[in-house]
Formats: sequence, C-alpha cells, structure tokens
Amino acid sequence: MPTVSMTVNGKPVSGEVEARTLLVQFLRDQLRLTGTHVGCDTSQCGACVVHVDGESAKSCTMLALQVDGAAITTIEGLANGETLHPMQEAFRNNHGLQCGFCTPGMVMSAIDLVKKNPKASETEIREWLEGNICRCTGYHNIVKSIQEAAGNMGG
Amino acid sequence: MQSVQFEAPGTVDEAVALLAGATGDTRILAGGTDLLVQLRAHMINPGLIIDIKKIDETRSLTKNADGSYTIGAAYAGAEATERDDITKDWPGVVEGWDLIGSTQIQGRASLGGNLCNASPAADSVPAMIVAGMTANIAGPKGRRTIPVQDVPVSPGKTSLGKGEFIVSFNLPGRPKGGGDAYLRLIPRTEMDIAVVGCGVALVLDDSGTVTSAKVSLGAVSAKVLVVDAAAKAIIGTKLDDDALAKLDAACQAAAKPINDKRGTIEYRTKIAGVLARRAVKIAAERAGS
Ligand SMILES: Cc1cc2nc3c(=O)[nH]c(=O)nc-3n(C[C@H](O)[C@H](O)[C@H](O)COP(=O)(O)OP(=O)(O)OC[C@H]3O[C@@H](n4cnc5c(N)ncnc54)[C@H](O)[C@@H]3O)c2cc1C
Ligand code: FES
Ligand code: FES
Repeated sequence: MPTVSMTVNGKPVSGEVEARTLLVQFLRDQLRLTGTHVGCDTSQCGACVVHVDGESAKSCTMLALQVDGAAITTIEGLANGETLHPMQEAFRNNHGLQCGFCTPGMVMSAIDLVKKNPKASETEIREWLEGNICRCTGYHNIVKSIQEAAGNMGG
Repeated sequence: MQSVQFEAPGTVDEAVALLAGATGDTRILAGGTDLLVQLRAHMINPGLIIDIKKIDETRSLTKNADGSYTIGAAYAGAEATERDDITKDWPGVVEGWDLIGSTQIQGRASLGGNLCNASPAADSVPAMIVAGMTANIAGPKGRRTIPVQDVPVSPGKTSLGKGEFIVSFNLPGRPKGGGDAYLRLIPRTEMDIAVVGCGVALVLDDSGTVTSAKVSLGAVSAKVLVVDAAAKAIIGTKLDDDALAKLDAACQAAAKPINDKRGTIEYRTKIAGVLARRAVKIAAERAGS
C-alpha cells in the first residue's frame, strides 16, 4: 500500500493507505481525529470541512494521497491549550450549536471566510455557508457567532 | 472490489502514457467533486486514478496577447471569480462555472470535470459553447483541438478516445460590442441541478443592432442544445418585442426535456423561452458597457 505523509495540526504524520482512502477516513480512522465529522455521502453537508494549506476544503471530497505533503488543520488544532480559538469561543457564547454535529465544519468554514473577508455582511456569511448544513439551529445563531468572532479576530 | 492505484504525474506526456498503458477502467481526477462522490457510492470502480492537478498547464489561466484566454482544464471556478480580466470579458462563462456547487465545491470544480462528467444539466457548458470555446486534447497520437460541444456525446459519455484527456480550453477574445450571460432555474436558491440553463453570447453594433448571436439550452435534452433558430430570430434586430417573442418560440420548439420531480415537460419548455429572453437582455446590457 502507498504511504502518505502530511502535517496535521502542526505535527508530521504518515501512514499506509489504500488509494481510495478519503482524507476524512485517514483523519478519523487512522489518526483518530474524530472531531471532523461525516454527515453525508454526496459532498453536500460540510461537516467534514478542514483546512488544506490554509484553505477550507471538504475532506470527504479528497483522497488522502492527493494531499501528500500538505499542511492540514482540523478542529482539534484550533485551540491553544485551554484557550479556545475566537471562532470556537464565539460559537459557545452565542449558542451557535445545538447537537454540535455540523459545528466542526461550520467553524473551519467560518474561519476561512473571516480570513478572506473580515468584514463579511450577514448576507455574505449566509452565502458562504451554502455548503454547510445544520439541522438544529436555523443558522441564526451561527451567523451571529461568526459576526462576533470576525470582530475578535482583528477583522 | 479491486484496489485502486493513484498517480499524480507532473507532465502531460506522463499522464498520456499512464492513460494509454492502463488496462482497466481509468479515471482522470480534477476537482473530484463528481468522481469521488461516484467512487464512494460504488457507481464506478476504477483500477487507476490519475490526478492531473500537478500538471501546470491544467492549473493556469492565461490571457494571451490577442485577448484570447487559455484555461487549464482543472482550474477552479472560485479562482476564476478572483480574476479581473476574465470576469470582465466573459462574465457569462464565469457565472456558469461558479454556479457549480457551494463554497468548497466551487474551490475545486473545474470546466474539464463539468464537461467530461457529461451531465445534460452541467452548468458551465451552455456558456462555454456560445462563447466559441474549444478543448485542447492530449493523447497517444499527439494533440488535437475540438469544439466544446463535440466533447459530450450522451449522459455520462464523451467522445474522448483511449489515452486522451483535456489539457486546457481556448476562449476567444471578447469581440467589440460583445456580451454574454448564463442563467439557470433551480427549485431552490442554491445547490441544485438546473431545470433549464441558457447561455447567450451576442455582438451589438454602435446602433444597438445584433450582428451575431449564439443561444444554447442545457438540461432540456440529452446534451446541451445550440439553437440556431433562436439566434436567427434576434440577429439584425434591436431586440424589440417581436424579436424576443420569436426567440422565445424558437427555444420552446427546440427544447426536448424529460419529466421528473424537478419539473414537468410543459414547465421546462416554457421556462426555456423565459430564460432565453432574460439571458439575451443581460448579454445585451453587457455588450453596451
Ligand atoms: C455538493 C455538490 C453540488 C454540485 N452542484 C453542481 C451544480 O450546481 N452544477 C453543476 O453543473 N454541477 C454541480 N456539481 C457537480 C460537479 O461539482 C461538477 O460537475 C464539477 O464541475 C466537476 O468538476 P471536477 O473538477 O470536480 O471533476 P472530477 O470529479 O474530477 O471529474 C468529473 C469527471 O470528468 C472526468 N474528467 C475530469 N477532468 C477531465 C479532463 N481534463 N479530461 C478528461 N476527463 C476529465 C473525470 O474522470 C470524471 O469522470 C455538484 C457537485 C456536488 C458534490
Ligand atoms: S461529509 Fe458531507 S460534505 Fe463531506
Ligand atoms: S447543531 Fe445540530 S446540525 Fe448543526
């Protein structure tokens, strides 16, 4: 089996994978980083969003071998020790989650948005999240969370 | 289930050699937004997957000295929207391309993948056709260039031979007085498959008369239709009500849609005419600016 190497949350990792192994399967099953979720099998829900070389991407729509050599950040890599990332903190403060299933993908997607567009309007936030589906919150508090975090992230 | 082999060659020649030498089902991987979904669903079971994104030619978008563009087959729609040149010259082409999927899908979905997946509802294809785009194909016998409309043959099938893949596309320079547009209708506001799509490219002279035009319809036939009668209906006119009515009728006559949960035959046929009217108006506004 081919070997894949990448940096995950700042640590170099490598492992043997089958070519058909998706990045999300490598993260969850081999690295045991189960914070990244799988909510669908059609690349629609966004629960699996991680950062690949700083850009948000659906880890269910990439092969592990495709990201050989890349730097990956997952939800586990955001907090600094006990201190949550401002986006995580904002989701907590604003009840941006209920069951929490969509949250890792929402947070990773939202961080990429704020990086690209620190002054995103409510409409721009809602449009950006078109590929992140939440069954619980009705999105309202998610949008509020992202607006608050954008302010705290120096936007 | 056989095991898959994965290769990511750095040159066109290496990719062709891999493709031509493979025995089982072999698939090109661009953005993977169709391919990996099909792989997960076990709709396909390839022996070899060839990622073409390490080949520079597939990943660049260049504006040439004569105003034309060379677009890498694996260049993503979200990347195109960040470019001032192509978004200004060919907004319709970029619209069709960037309508594909949601944020993270847009960051990966390519024109080559959208075309070669060969869905009749592929959003980028009607605008590519009316813009006069051609595909540069590499294969064991060297390179050849064919019009985009000759690539899809029927749903899921292309005219590419064994060992061939699309390296890039040619997009002509925007003509003086030219404008283009793509519109689709979907039951939701985002992330759905087109019930009808319509691409229009036209050229206006200084008096506002249409001197040339192309109209295409997606999702109303097994492949994208080029509706010559619709173009004829508006050429030589200033897009008065009578010309638009004829355009509408020509599109309705050409549409041969299917019935499904997204829309009935009657509905899709009517919408083909409505979208054509709207797309022509947008293209004409752009031509004037
Ligand atoms: C959530 C979601 C929403 C979507 N929404 C839309 C939408 O609104 N409109 C729409 O049209 N599509 C939509 N799609 C489908 C898909 O995203 C598009 O068809 C996309 O353009 C495919 O491009 P890709 O680069 O990801 O192709 P891939 O998945 O990499 O490839 C698709 C097919 O084309 C072949 N191929 C790719 N590149 C080449 C090449 N250069 N030469 C020869 N063969 C090649 C592959 O082998 C494969 O069979 C959606 C998909 C998802 C998952
Ligand atoms: S798991 Fe649903 S989009 Fe990736
Ligand atoms: S909080 Fe339950 S799916 Fe979003």
